[in-house]
Amino acid sequence: MSEVADKVKKIVVEHLGVEESKVTETASFIDDLGADSLDTVELVMAFEEAFGVEIPDDAAEKIATVKDAIDFIEKQKAA
Amino acid sequence: MFAPGFAPRRVVVTGMGIVSPLGLGVDHVWKRLVAGHSGISAIQAFDVKDLPAKVAGQVPAGTRAENGFDPSEFIPVKEQKKMDRFIQLAYAAAAEAVEDSGWMPEDDEGRERTGVMIGSGIGGLETIQDTAKLVAEGRARRISPFFIPASLVNLASGHVSIRYGFKGPNHSAVTACATGVHAIGDAARLVSLGDADVMVAGGAEAAICELGIGGFCAARALSTGFNDTPTQASRPWDKQRDGFVMGEGSGVLVLEEYEHAKARGAKIYAEVVGYGMSGDAYHITSPSETGDGAFRSMRNALRSAGVGPEGVQYVNAHGTSTPMGDDLELGAVERLWGDAGAKLAMSSTKSATGHLLGAAGAIEAIFSIQAIRTNTAPPTLNLEEPSRETAIDRVAKEAQSRQIDVVLSNSFGFGGTNASVVFKRI
Repeated sequence: MSEVADKVKKIVVEHLGVEESKVTETASFIDDLGADSLDTVELVMAFEEAFGVEIPDDAAEKIATVKDAIDFIEKQKAA
Repeated sequence: MFAPGFAPRRVVVTGMGIVSPLGLGVDHVWKRLVAGHSGISAIQAFDVKDLPAKVAGQVPAGTRAENGFDPSEFIPVKEQKKMDRFIQLAYAAAAEAVEDSGWMPEDDEGRERTGVMIGSGIGGLETIQDTAKLVAEGRARRISPFFIPASLVNLASGHVSIRYGFKGPNHSAVTACATGVHAIGDAARLVSLGDADVMVAGGAEAAICELGIGGFCAARALSTGFNDTPTQASRPWDKQRDGFVMGEGSGVLVLEEYEHAKARGAKIYAEVVGYGMSGDAYHITSPSETGDGAFRSMRNALRSAGVGPEGVQYVNAHGTSTPMGDDLELGAVERLWGDAGAKLAMSSTKSATGHLLGAAGAIEAIFSIQAIRTNTAPPTLNLEEPSRETAIDRVAKEAQSRQIDVVLSNSFGFGGTNASVVFKRI
């Protein structure tokens, strides 16, 4: 697992209060991990803070799963 | 507005919950109060070196089994960050009260006929303080999406309704230090008038932060002369009193229509028989110089109860330990009670808990009901040398056993808002 993936999963566990085993790459924040729309806003803010990246609102709306978040952040960091 | 022949319904108390500087749980807190324990100590949570007031009534941390407060025992970690501390305290007091009442309806009818009215004087002050720092640092984009719902006063009622599925009136009183009594009185009226059969009502406050202490210091409202002897700082009616001591916590009652409570075999603690209100129309922070607002509030409450002053055995005073307010309230009680004052007991439990602002009237309603249940007047601590004498027994330093069937409790707030509630043995 990449360093980014590891860190993303840790943040998700911490913010949504879910078990680590449930945070698979395909897990949807809202459908599988019990988040509501405000939870996802906060989660995106936590990613921005932790990785020092900016996630614009239109991009944030497309981040629905753990993998979406990892992919976006890795792309940003590579750029 | 009401159909001809409409008759107000009787309202009784069937559940009580408290989180206070004396701990968590009605029996535990009452035992400590009657034993003369103080819940006031040096402020630990932040640095007070720049603040003139350095003591407060802080809720002890600890497990529920040890009569302390640990938010994690009541609220999942993920939800805690969506609530300022005042909401967390309300959540715990409501859990205690609802469990105590045994009223946890599973059906739509029961849920739709149950409402919530938990108020707060200020709301999420610490959350506002902490979030404002982000703005000052030029980091407004980092404001949490939960900032607004964590800070709003009515979100205590909101969270409690969500937790239990109570779909009746969802409301919140905000009248500074009169909040607790207004919430209970107004909620009782909603039950009486038929808007709900059960209301979970009370107040919550958590303003012990730099902004809260600093703000009340600036208004010259807090005690500053007893920083080295915290348990002596709150001393209602005593010659040396020099301001109130801030407290935090929450009190919640379950108010229920009498026949509803009887039909389900609920235990009934007392009846809410009277409620009165008034406005000073005088000054933003000072009580009217004649104590007229307090007088009219109490008179209105007794009128609505259909009880004369001689029918009341105990008054739980607002008695915040401020130089001006204590004697004005005393004067108003003397004027209203007249000769009957000689048989009256009146104490200020703020001497032990500090002043819980919007939660004060709620925890004091619980103390008032406990006074009836146990025939005991709780003491006014630190009343060593009264600033003036009176025929009324202020229960100095030690609790008294007395026959207590009817109690009046006062709460007065900034803005010149006054409220009184009357409870009766049933």
